[in-house]
Amino acid sequence: MHPFSYTRASDTREALNAGRRGGRYIAGGTTLVDLMRETVERPETLVDISGLPLREVRATEGGGLRIGALVTMAETAAHPKVRALYPVISASLELSASAQLRNMATLGGNIMQRTRCTYFRDVTAACNKREPGSGCAALKGHNRTHAILGTSDSCVATHPSDVAVAFAALEATVHLLGPDGERRVPFADFLLLPGRTPNREQALRPGELITAVAIPALPRPLRSGYLKVRDRQSYEFALTSAAVALHLRGGIIREAKVAAGGVGTVPWKLPAVERHLIGERPSAALWAAAAEKAADGARTLQHNGFKPELLKRTVERQLRVVGGTK
Amino acid sequence: MSTEPVSAAPPPAEPEALPSAPTRRTFIAATTAVGGVAVAGGVIGGSVLVGSEDAAAAVAPVSRVSLTVNGTRRTVTVDNRTSLLDLLREHLDLSGAKKGCNAGACGACTVLVDGRRVNSCLTLAVRLEGAEVTTIEGLADGDRLHPLQQAFIDEDAFQCGYCTPGQIMSGVGCIKEGHADTPEEIREWMSGNICRCGCYVKIVRAVEQTAGK
Repeated sequence: MHPFSYTRASDTREALNAGRRGGRYIAGGTTLVDLMRETVERPETLVDISGLPLREVRATEGGGLRIGALVTMAETAAHPKVRALYPVISASLELSASAQLRNMATLGGNIMQRTRCTYFRDVTAACNKREPGSGCAALKGHNRTHAILGTSDSCVATHPSDVAVAFAALEATVHLLGPDGERRVPFADFLLLPGRTPNREQALRPGELITAVAIPALPRPLRSGYLKVRDRQSYEFALTSAAVALHLRGGIIREAKVAAGGVGTVPWKLPAVERHLIGERPSAALWAAAAEKAADGARTLQHNGFKPELLKRTVERQLRVVGGTK
Repeated sequence: MSTEPVSAAPPPAEPEALPSAPTRRTFIAATTAVGGVAVAGGVIGGSVLVGSEDAAAAVAPVSRVSLTVNGTRRTVTVDNRTSLLDLLREHLDLSGAKKGCNAGACGACTVLVDGRRVNSCLTLAVRLEGAEVTTIEGLADGDRLHPLQQAFIDEDAFQCGYCTPGQIMSGVGCIKEGHADTPEEIREWMSGNICRCGCYVKIVRAVEQTAGK
């Protein structure tokens, strides 16, 4: 680990001042400290933001939610309002990491977490995300767990977050505070596709701080859930996952929010699947037909050719679980 | 911000008394140092001032931090890179928490910070100003073992024992969090603790029995 200086921000302004001078924010630290030890991350200054007042979960008008950036994964998952309004968020969190890590990691940090691509973590390997222009060892390497959607010739690494998949499905908004004031960014625009600059991962301006994630109100009753498919039953990243939220009225699907994880360079919203569902009556045939569109545009690599089919089946199964088979 | 140059780093406020006879740990540490690389800022008078993995840097920012460990207030000056795990093991002579993966993937280093189970290997000590840390050494009430410690013995819930302190601290957290109602629930909520010997059945039993009391 490279040496760094450490400062504790006592309020938001102090944090932003330190951030503007190039300080790196640290909240739960579970990804950052790990990557610093591997020398993948080499911040010169850490700005500890854990004392900032960003720990509130509150309901917003019409039944939405605003989750403070420093609420831990464990606190978010267990929060009565989150559990009542958006089970998909609680489920995605409880299927992530371990109880210890969920006690440490925050929501803001969760969506900032970096890929688990082994070549990114290995400083001796070529990686355009870590070292722009050095190449991508995963393209011809061990790429069984890598992305099939949103990839480029520069990068095929997946985004590892589960709750970010729920946020993508629900069309959340990221609240930011920076030297130039507040702004709000749709979740779909917050995480960036790799393109030719996989080193740029978020639409953050220098010194900007995530203050909250807001979930918009959706028509009720809303049924939602998260399915994660992985190599072991617990404490593992997704090979594929699906976040699904459905609103039915009069036996007809009126709203459908669907996104997939483990397959995209960013959490992958599935608008074609959603469109196929809206206005239809739930049936086994509908789930299958909608899920058939989940892997549209997929590009497989040498070792992850199983992912498109696994993704379709994951989406189909979760549509069935959330929507029922009748 | 409370950093100062390393040259001004004072010794720990409460230096540990050095044992007159070498313990197994100091013996291993000494022989390793002889066989290993001589490093600046490493072992000084038996008290390691920096994280064991980070001993090579000549000048590294340090900070002073006050925290409570197993009920005792400690004020220490640490290299900012020092993990809570290294602070406990190398600085405070509390070697119960184990260094398995040092990457948050095995749970052997689990301790309680402010009552919550965490991976001490991913916790920077410098961030723990005012925190209350409980390690396996602080779990028993005098000579009376914590019920979960006793349950691990009664159930024979370990073989090599390396993961056991982390398992027990995690189990204490798991029970406190209210996630120890069924074997399935315990398995899921204890999945952050790996046991290479594969004692899971008995570990689950020990946690379940303690939770039921």
